[in-house]
Amino acid sequence: MGEKLVTGDDECKDANEPSAYVLRLFISGASPNSTRAVYNIRQVCEKYLPGRYQLDIIDVHQQPVLAREEQVIALPLLVKLSPEPKRRLIGDMSNTAKVLSGLGITIS
Amino acid sequence: MAKIKPSLPASTLRKTPTGIQGLDEITLGGLPAGRPTLVCGSAGCGKTLLSIEFIVRGATEYNEPGVFVAFEEKMDELTVNVASLGFDLIKLQEEKKIRLDHVHIERSEIEETGEYDLEGLFIRLGHAIDSIGAKRVVLDTIESLFSGLSNEAILRAELRRLFQWLKEKGVTAIITGERGEKTLTRQGLEEYVSDCVILLDHRVIHQISTRRIRVVKYRGSVHGTNEYPFLIDEHGISVLPVTSLKLQGEVSSDRVSTGFHSLDQMFGGKGFFKGSSILVSGTAGTGKTSIGANFINAACLRGEQCIYFAFEESPGQIIRNMRSIGLDLQQHVDNGLLLFHASRPTLYGLEMHLVSIYNIIKRHKPATVVVDPITNLISVGSVSEVKSMMTRLLDFLQNEGITAMFTALSRITKINEETDEEVSSLVDAWITVRDMENNGERNRGLYVMKSRGMRHSNQVREFMITGDGLSLVDVYIGPEGVLTGSAREAQQLEEQTGQVLRTHASNRKDREIDRKRMVLEAKIASLRSEFESVEEELNKVYIEDDLKKEIMRKTRSDMARIRGGANRQGDPVKRKGKK
Repeated sequence: MGEKLVTGDDECKDANEPSAYVLRLFISGASPNSTRAVYNIRQVCEKYLPGRYQLDIIDVHQQPVLAREEQVIALPLLVKLSPEPKRRLIGDMSNTAKVLSGLGITIS
Repeated sequence: MAKIKPSLPASTLRKTPTGIQGLDEITLGGLPAGRPTLVCGSAGCGKTLLSIEFIVRGATEYNEPGVFVAFEEKMDELTVNVASLGFDLIKLQEEKKIRLDHVHIERSEIEETGEYDLEGLFIRLGHAIDSIGAKRVVLDTIESLFSGLSNEAILRAELRRLFQWLKEKGVTAIITGERGEKTLTRQGLEEYVSDCVILLDHRVIHQISTRRIRVVKYRGSVHGTNEYPFLIDEHGISVLPVTSLKLQGEVSSDRVSTGFHSLDQMFGGKGFFKGSSILVSGTAGTGKTSIGANFINAACLRGEQCIYFAFEESPGQIIRNMRSIGLDLQQHVDNGLLLFHASRPTLYGLEMHLVSIYNIIKRHKPATVVVDPITNLISVGSVSEVKSMMTRLLDFLQNEGITAMFTALSRITKINEETDEEVSSLVDAWITVRDMENNGERNRGLYVMKSRGMRHSNQVREFMITGDGLSLVDVYIGPEGVLTGSAREAQQLEEQTGQVLRTHASNRKDREIDRKRMVLEAKIASLRSEFESVEEELNKVYIEDDLKKEIMRKTRSDMARIRGGANRQGDPVKRKGKK
């Protein structure tokens, strides 16, 4: 069971910026899906939201209580806390188009 | 030598008692321990209630903590819903005996972006189980996942893994599923949970709904395969297993009074057998309820616990009406001996009535019950159904050693006569009250149709209901047939008059005979004196004759002596003179 609670894993320039993304990724240990999901979401964030996001990665095995509060069922689960509306994405984030639409990012 | 019970072999399936009344009987001990059981049924048939009761009973009665995972209802809703059954989920949660978890999944909020699994659910469940050391788990209704997540292939694989995982955890689980069109559950859960499948059903026949339960499958165990009715009331679920009908209840030869002396007399002077069943049938207004109330009143006066099942009148009505024949049932209600249970026959199906009667009797353990009237239940069932219900009820009552009186309304129609007979073959004693219409008035005649195992009267008695209570009067059976009521009284009066006249007449005749005898005797006396005088006369003649003969003989001998010479000395007859 690797990382415990990784806060501000990547560069977070200004979380107060209106367009800043606050993301929380729930994973289950080092399962293939989880590893893929971490890799994929980082790719997406770096590509489309450079410097505009905050990504927390949470291992549900370590935080079962949080799993209950957050209604975690399917894993991996990505919760977009900000900006509104709150969205939940499940899966290994390999379908980039769906990830982007889920995060509300339009490719210009 | 220690007596070894024929214990089950070690390999036999262990079972977890559900604690639900009756369910453990039809599954012969409960659900398979450490395995998942599928409970399926259509909406509103009591799946959630059954599963929550499984958890609560486990926690409170068997010291087995349980986890309830609700996919449909929120925790607070569930808590409120089952509070009516007396389950305090909040308190049990605080005591760490149960744990509730609401799993909410909303498709519209979720974007699927690739491969995923249900590890989150596993982790939550695992955490919940470990935190209280749960032995029981309920997943209600896991099929909701199918509406929340679209990738069926993943879901099915994960469910299979989940059930396997539950088995490994060693928890006894109930998984509920919605009834499908052709399959037992909409998502075919029965493929995954194959150890035990219980089907709940909610059927409406003639606008009356009955809930039924059936054990479809129970791997590794025998089980009752029938459909059993079950009831949800304020004490939870109770399943009524169709009793074994072994006919081996204990019998008593003690007798109990019928409630009034003259009826006791018809039953050999002592009344019914304790623990027997009595049927009182009769047409409308013949006093069946009065007999029932009188019987229960007598039982209460003996200090027995009694229950009066009223299917026609409200308790208030019965108490008021019985006051008019001098019975105060209110006092028994007040001191807790008598319990009225009134319900409309159409309230629920026949089976449900049976279950509710069963429950109340189990709870209060009465010595005497009255069911008034049993025939009103026919309105919710057919004759054969009533018979099957009666068989079970009587069997149950007999096993409990309860003296039971049923009243039955018989109409003039043939069908109901049949009902009487159907039921009557089951009971131990059968009293019939019949209207006898004559001379423009209606009277009641009471017969004892049968009474097993005791001498009983074969006479028709007139049944009288008066302000002082009930009584029986011998009917008049004369040349004009059976007379009752005022006709009987008139006949009796006539007879009394006749009696007086006859007495008078015979007195007169007696006197005449006396007189005649006196006359005759007087005659006899005079005749006798006449006869005596004649006799005397006759005698006088005889004596004179004798005297004459004697004298003549003497004279002759004197004469002979005189003539024959004087050589004959000492002849005494000398002095007699000649004739």
